[in-house]
Amino acid sequence: MENIRNFSIIAHIDHGKSTLADRLIQFTGVCNERNFQDQILDNMDIERERGITIKSNAISLPYHSHDGKDYILNLIDTPGHVDFSYEVSRSLASCEGVLLLIDAAQGVQAQTLANLYLATEHNLEIIPIINKIDLPSADIDRVLEEIDSELGLDPDTHIKCSAKEGIGIEEILEAIVERIPPPKGSSENPLAALIFDAHYDSFRGTIIHCRVFEGTVKSGDIIRFMYNNTTYKVEEVGHFLLKREKREKLSAGEVGYIIAGVKTVADVRTGDTITLQEKPCSQPLPGFKEVKPVVFASIYPIASDDYQDLADSLEKYKLNDASFIFEKDSSVALGQGFRCGFLGLLHLDIVQERLEREYDLSIILSVPSVRYRFTLKDNKVIYVDNPSHYPDPAEIAKGEEPYIRAAMMLPERYLGAVMKLCMDKRGTNSTMNYTGPGRVELSYEMPLAEVIFDFYDRFKSVTQGYGSFDYDIIDYRESNLVLMDILVNSEKVDALSQIVHHDRARSRALLACDRLKEEIPRQMFKIAIQGAVGTEIIARSTISAFRKDVTAKCYGGDISRKRKLLEKQKAGKKRMKMIGSVSIPQSAFLAVLKSDTD
Amino acid sequence: MKSDQAGLYIHIPFCLSKCGYCSFYSIESLNLIPEYIVTLKKEIEYYRNVFSSFDTIYLGGGTPSLLSIGQLETIFKAINKSYNIDPHAEITMEVNPGDVSLEYFHALLLLGINRLNIGIQSFDDNILKFLGRRHNSEESISAINDSRKAGFDNIGIDLIYGIHGQNISLWKKTILQALSYAPEHISCYQLSLETGTPLYKKYALQNIKLPAEKEQLKFFHTTTDELEKAGYIHYEVSNFARQDKFKSRHNQKYWEHVPYLGLGPAAHSFLGNRRWWNTSAVKTYLKEIAQDKMPVENTETLSVEQLKLEALFLGLRTKAGIDLKRYKISYGVDLLVDKKTIIDALIKNKFVELKDGFLRPTRTGMAVADSLALI
Repeated sequence: MENIRNFSIIAHIDHGKSTLADRLIQFTGVCNERNFQDQILDNMDIERERGITIKSNAISLPYHSHDGKDYILNLIDTPGHVDFSYEVSRSLASCEGVLLLIDAAQGVQAQTLANLYLATEHNLEIIPIINKIDLPSADIDRVLEEIDSELGLDPDTHIKCSAKEGIGIEEILEAIVERIPPPKGSSENPLAALIFDAHYDSFRGTIIHCRVFEGTVKSGDIIRFMYNNTTYKVEEVGHFLLKREKREKLSAGEVGYIIAGVKTVADVRTGDTITLQEKPCSQPLPGFKEVKPVVFASIYPIASDDYQDLADSLEKYKLNDASFIFEKDSSVALGQGFRCGFLGLLHLDIVQERLEREYDLSIILSVPSVRYRFTLKDNKVIYVDNPSHYPDPAEIAKGEEPYIRAAMMLPERYLGAVMKLCMDKRGTNSTMNYTGPGRVELSYEMPLAEVIFDFYDRFKSVTQGYGSFDYDIIDYRESNLVLMDILVNSEKVDALSQIVHHDRARSRALLACDRLKEEIPRQMFKIAIQGAVGTEIIARSTISAFRKDVTAKCYGGDISRKRKLLEKQKAGKKRMKMIGSVSIPQSAFLAVLKSDTD
Repeated sequence: MKSDQAGLYIHIPFCLSKCGYCSFYSIESLNLIPEYIVTLKKEIEYYRNVFSSFDTIYLGGGTPSLLSIGQLETIFKAINKSYNIDPHAEITMEVNPGDVSLEYFHALLLLGINRLNIGIQSFDDNILKFLGRRHNSEESISAINDSRKAGFDNIGIDLIYGIHGQNISLWKKTILQALSYAPEHISCYQLSLETGTPLYKKYALQNIKLPAEKEQLKFFHTTTDELEKAGYIHYEVSNFARQDKFKSRHNQKYWEHVPYLGLGPAAHSFLGNRRWWNTSAVKTYLKEIAQDKMPVENTETLSVEQLKLEALFLGLRTKAGIDLKRYKISYGVDLLVDKKTIIDALIKNKFVELKDGFLRPTRTGMAVADSLALI
């Protein structure tokens, strides 16, 4: 155990986490130049494109240290977005230390701080790394000062590096060996292993990623998941190198995988403890929490023929994403579909993109919603995350909506703009802290629904990208809620309905009408778009009809070209949903959530 | 008189100078004309086993009136040698007002040409200059008069509207002047800017915009109003005939999927469910035929879906509309059943109407024929 180090890299988005991971992997020789693909741990195309790690990942790096001994350095990669903060916490719980990566040009950002808090909570050894020192805009002195003043860490402990240029990599590896403590625990004790992730393999079923804290697990063992007391027989255990490598056993201190005939990742809970059926540990490892979706939206196939394909694809997708939930749903306007729950808007985006890209589906997403709570006059309490289940207004005694506490870090010069934005978003109970010269930590309590509605974009815009943002859900608070409907040519499009705060109804309806006017292409007929609460029309816009679009000449040589053009338009139209006689493009459904950023 | 006999198109890809708006293929190297005539003769013979007879011939360009009577005679001799030409065939030639004379028209008649399409474009010299035409309005008028004097009793004139500096009243004046010559056929084209043309660049550089849609529609309606008032039939988006018999029989073949053979660079042919077209470069065309090769650049075999789409957008350009019985026989589906909801809505909104087994566009519908085709 003395030769094991378990660590993670934590950083604000784009501070170079994946690049540093790549360099560590390359340096330790796990892979050579030939099979090296940039950002190895980001397995999915989407991860690579967006530069965001979505799933946790682990890799064991063999390292021969300057002290003459051989080590196994287990790098546990963590997701980098606020939607996935619980997954981050479980990955950190599997480590003894972290590399806290800070961009030499951008300095400490909100997620740097949020991650530091998490690491401190888990009593992890923290090694500050200043990355991107090769950038002309690098300001190392300022960053050192921030490490001292904002993070409260000893700036002398830092290491400078440029992951891109490969500078400082060996020094980092040495620091991991020297400064991060080896794991504790005993392989003689009853088994206690923490699940920090799981993924689905079409040949082997669920591959459980875990950190063994106590005891030993080997193939043939009967293991038990302590959360739901299910038992499985272990088929294989091993380490993560570039591929999975089978081992005889996994013992205290080690990070690796277990294959035990678990059908889907949904049968496994991140944060759960694995023990042995015969000789169980006395209590589960601390920190387990069931993650619950906070954003809900319905997914419909554009062509109703694709319903079964969509159902199959969701099943398949779900195999690998335990935090995604779905159930059957139907819409008057859009037909049969599924109501889905997501951890946040990014998660929603990712699911949508993967369904389209990997499963080749054309889908429509309804307007996302949070989960509201209504107390009815008969004292019954119901939760509503789907506007089409909005209760009869006459029956509602009390409506409540989820609130969050938002933590933001920003340069002082944007304070006014951000405070205004938060007030616009019905923010209350603000607190403010100067964390360093010119830097402010700002906190607000806000309705989650307001955050979903275009908060990120506007926050980024008013802080010109210098602000960072994180949030926690706190509680439900009473709110004057109404159901706002959208009518297209007098026909209600239920997938565009939203539950909104009473004071917001008119402005949101106007905005939705405007947005739809921009998104819905002009058609043969005039299209009236209306926003309504109950029977009262509170907003409207009109899309004028085509009046002249025919080309002047169409003779022998023009026909094929003309047909190709129309074929293209026709294909585009296939990606739209016909509602009555109006084709509504996919983009319209999400666009109603975006306000003017200028 | 309609016939399913094929049409023959001959492209003459030469111009003294290119007009600003024109994207048709042509070159200014007139010295290639003699070689071109020899080559064309050879291409005419290529299709002897594919097509046997034609009842329309159309000489377009480019500028066919750049050819001498002798050169034209060579072409017609070659055609007659290889194919049966219907005795009542419509034989059209496009002419440029600046090139022609009474004698030339006499000679054309003797060659069998019985229909002229005169590229007038406008009677306003400023607009002609703006368009980059090399003739003026005086030449236009004498061309029309000379053709009549020579004995042509079927002439068509081309006009363009929606040009920078041309308002509705100026356009109306142009129409009225055209009507004063009582042509059998008038084509009124809305100016479009084709990428790569000098006019396209001119508009972009001077930041001139085409008329807004509303204005375009006004031009469109004014045109139809004025010409219908004068008794003309608006039988296709841009085409008007004084009587049914003066509709361009050749052009109607394009809109009705009737076979046609196109010869010369860039010319398109259609037969059955295949369409093919020649290479557009004159030099390549000459070279390939010199090597006894087909100068065909590409061939496409149209699927039923593609044929259906074409039938829609072509049919909806014409007043006659889509022959529903023929559509059903050709494609095995009843259009009215297949697209019932949308067609009902279109009828209700007066974009189309059903009459005598035809689905025909109204004037409003004709203006949006391209969108109608996407139903």
